Amino acid sequence: MTRMNMIQAINSAMDVAMERDPDVMVMGEDVGYFGGVFRATAGLQKKYGKTRCFDAPINECGIIGVAVGMAAYGLRPVPEIQFADYIYPGMDQLVSEAARLRYRSGGEFTCPITVRSPFGGGIFGGQTHSQSPEGIFTHVSGLKTVIPSNPYDAKGLLIAAIEDPDPVLFFEPKRIYNGPFDGHYDRPVSPWSKHGSSEVPEGHYTVPLGKAAIVRAGEAVTLLCYGTMVHVALGVVEEAGVDAEVIDLRTLVPLDIDTIVASVEKTGRCLIVHEATRTSGFGAELSAQVQERCFHHLEAPIERVTGWDTPYPHSLEWAYFPGPVRIGEALKRVMKD
Amino acid sequence: MARPTTKSTARASKPAPKPVAEAADLPTPNRERPADPERYTASKAELLEFYRQMMLIRRFEERAGQLYGLGLIGGFCHLYIGQEAVAVGLQSALDNDKDSVITGYRDHGHMLAYGIDPKIIMAELTGRQAGISKGKGGSMHMFSVEHKFYGGHGIVGAQVSLGTGLAFKHKYSADGGVCMAYFGDGAANQGQVYESMNMAELWKLPIIFVIENNQYAMGTSVNRASAEDQLYRRGESFRVPGMQIDGMDVLAVRGAAEEALAWVRAGKGPILLELKTYRYRGHSMSDPAKYRTREEVQSMKDKSDCIDLAKRELEALGVTEAELKALEKDIRQKVAEAADFAEQSPEPDPAELYTDVLVGTY
Repeated sequence: MTRMNMIQAINSAMDVAMERDPDVMVMGEDVGYFGGVFRATAGLQKKYGKTRCFDAPINECGIIGVAVGMAAYGLRPVPEIQFADYIYPGMDQLVSEAARLRYRSGGEFTCPITVRSPFGGGIFGGQTHSQSPEGIFTHVSGLKTVIPSNPYDAKGLLIAAIEDPDPVLFFEPKRIYNGPFDGHYDRPVSPWSKHGSSEVPEGHYTVPLGKAAIVRAGEAVTLLCYGTMVHVALGVVEEAGVDAEVIDLRTLVPLDIDTIVASVEKTGRCLIVHEATRTSGFGAELSAQVQERCFHHLEAPIERVTGWDTPYPHSLEWAYFPGPVRIGEALKRVMKD
Repeated sequence: MARPTTKSTARASKPAPKPVAEAADLPTPNRERPADPERYTASKAELLEFYRQMMLIRRFEERAGQLYGLGLIGGFCHLYIGQEAVAVGLQSALDNDKDSVITGYRDHGHMLAYGIDPKIIMAELTGRQAGISKGKGGSMHMFSVEHKFYGGHGIVGAQVSLGTGLAFKHKYSADGGVCMAYFGDGAANQGQVYESMNMAELWKLPIIFVIENNQYAMGTSVNRASAEDQLYRRGESFRVPGMQIDGMDVLAVRGAAEEALAWVRAGKGPILLELKTYRYRGHSMSDPAKYRTREEVQSMKDKSDCIDLAKRELEALGVTEAELKALEKDIRQKVAEAADFAEQSPEPDPAELYTDVLVGTY
């Protein structure tokens, strides 16, 4: 075991995967020589050479398209899209090719690519460096969507994603690369080293895709969240002194609905938190599924706390961000009666 | 095939038949090509104005860097220091009543070159209500329809297609305007840039594609990302002629703008300019700068600085040190006022979050 922050854990996951399988390759803008703008790929080119960790020009459509072709012919590319906000030029390749190759070839072709991409706000990135587009991808059948919330999970999930035979979108909440964030932007940042989940094995292990984690067991209400919002939710629950069960989804597709249903049947209340915009956000899907399965157990309407239905603003970031105040108010509402 | 940095006398500028000896030197093009641009001959007053604008951009950007360090500007902030001659040289040739400009995220300099009030630009950087985009756009996303400045775009290369659309409107409404669409050497590898070039030539749109080649796409040098690193050639397969220009020389830039505008205004379709320039600072504010040596940066500053070059020429024209000092004092004053304004303006009201999402409300 060693202490790692999210970046180090993600770096270690790629290192382990590349070490074990010569078909694993890392590609993307500035990932090789420069080591990635967030340093996630630092040292990989030096260790594995320029044919296995290489820089791509700024052309996201091309990066993802080439990766799909590499994967169809047996490689396991791990392309990085530098910010999730840049992924849209590659949308066509992800939706029409990566997600559909297996289906339309009757299972003959597979597409084992893992697209890594930093996402989410909280870093004053404005509208083109802050978005949370996960809901766009969860809407596409044939793609898996994974979002880790801590270093241990990040490494284990990323290795699992790389070894998975299907295309995976791996969104990394960049606000918590260096430390968990409880939403109190005006307080000092605490580093990962003070957090239990920063103890990460140096070698190979996996955290299975499609399995949620109960990060806080409780009886009074179920909080569904992922990524940065896990830490914001935990902070709110502690401050409010509510016996909440906090579930970190970890994988949105495939969704661990069993863990969710078991929890809501126990608590009878459900609060969903995500940073992405509200309308057609993943929270809407969660709400629908919980309602379908747990209707007779619910004692209060399901609540959602999300980003507002606006582009991500440059100023007013903390008015947009679903922070402790809004989550706290929603928690009170869902706990009423 | 224009290479104005080393002037080629053998270049064909008109499709007229060429003597055989010359043709052997350089094949006769099968279509008309623009002439080699001439370095612009500026009057003292003009050069002084270019100098003033470049100095304003530099001091403004230095101040923006300081405000960033103080935490007054958050997120991303891409400074234009080193590249001033490009925006000033090109935009000084435009007809501001007719022509439009669009660029990427390194956009402060282009706005200042338009004469837009530094106060409202700086206030946008600090995310204040008085900012040119009400604080909601920030450093990378600024607009001024009044000045026909269409942004300010954070997605690399996306503005090139938009610029092609602006050019379409210029042609459709026959307003005589030209769109100047700037992008970087990194953006030059985005697919939509080439879709745009093809359409622009096909439809003979009045657009000048401007590649600001500052040598590094973030941490990747041109030749590590571009199979054809002579970017001015990138339009050839679409029949878009290209010229490579010394982007550190404001008069060379202005001269190229004149030639490009003459070509486009004559209805001959798009043209591509590659301006060889250099950014002195990091890509954004957190840049470990491990992709180039300090010596390289210092050498560019010492030998090729656009402001130093203009200053030497001004002195040769008889402008005194005292005059330049007075000019700079005035610029410092304006920049200080802009910084104070940007610091003191209020943040936007939270209700502004939901304004301007759609024309209607919802």
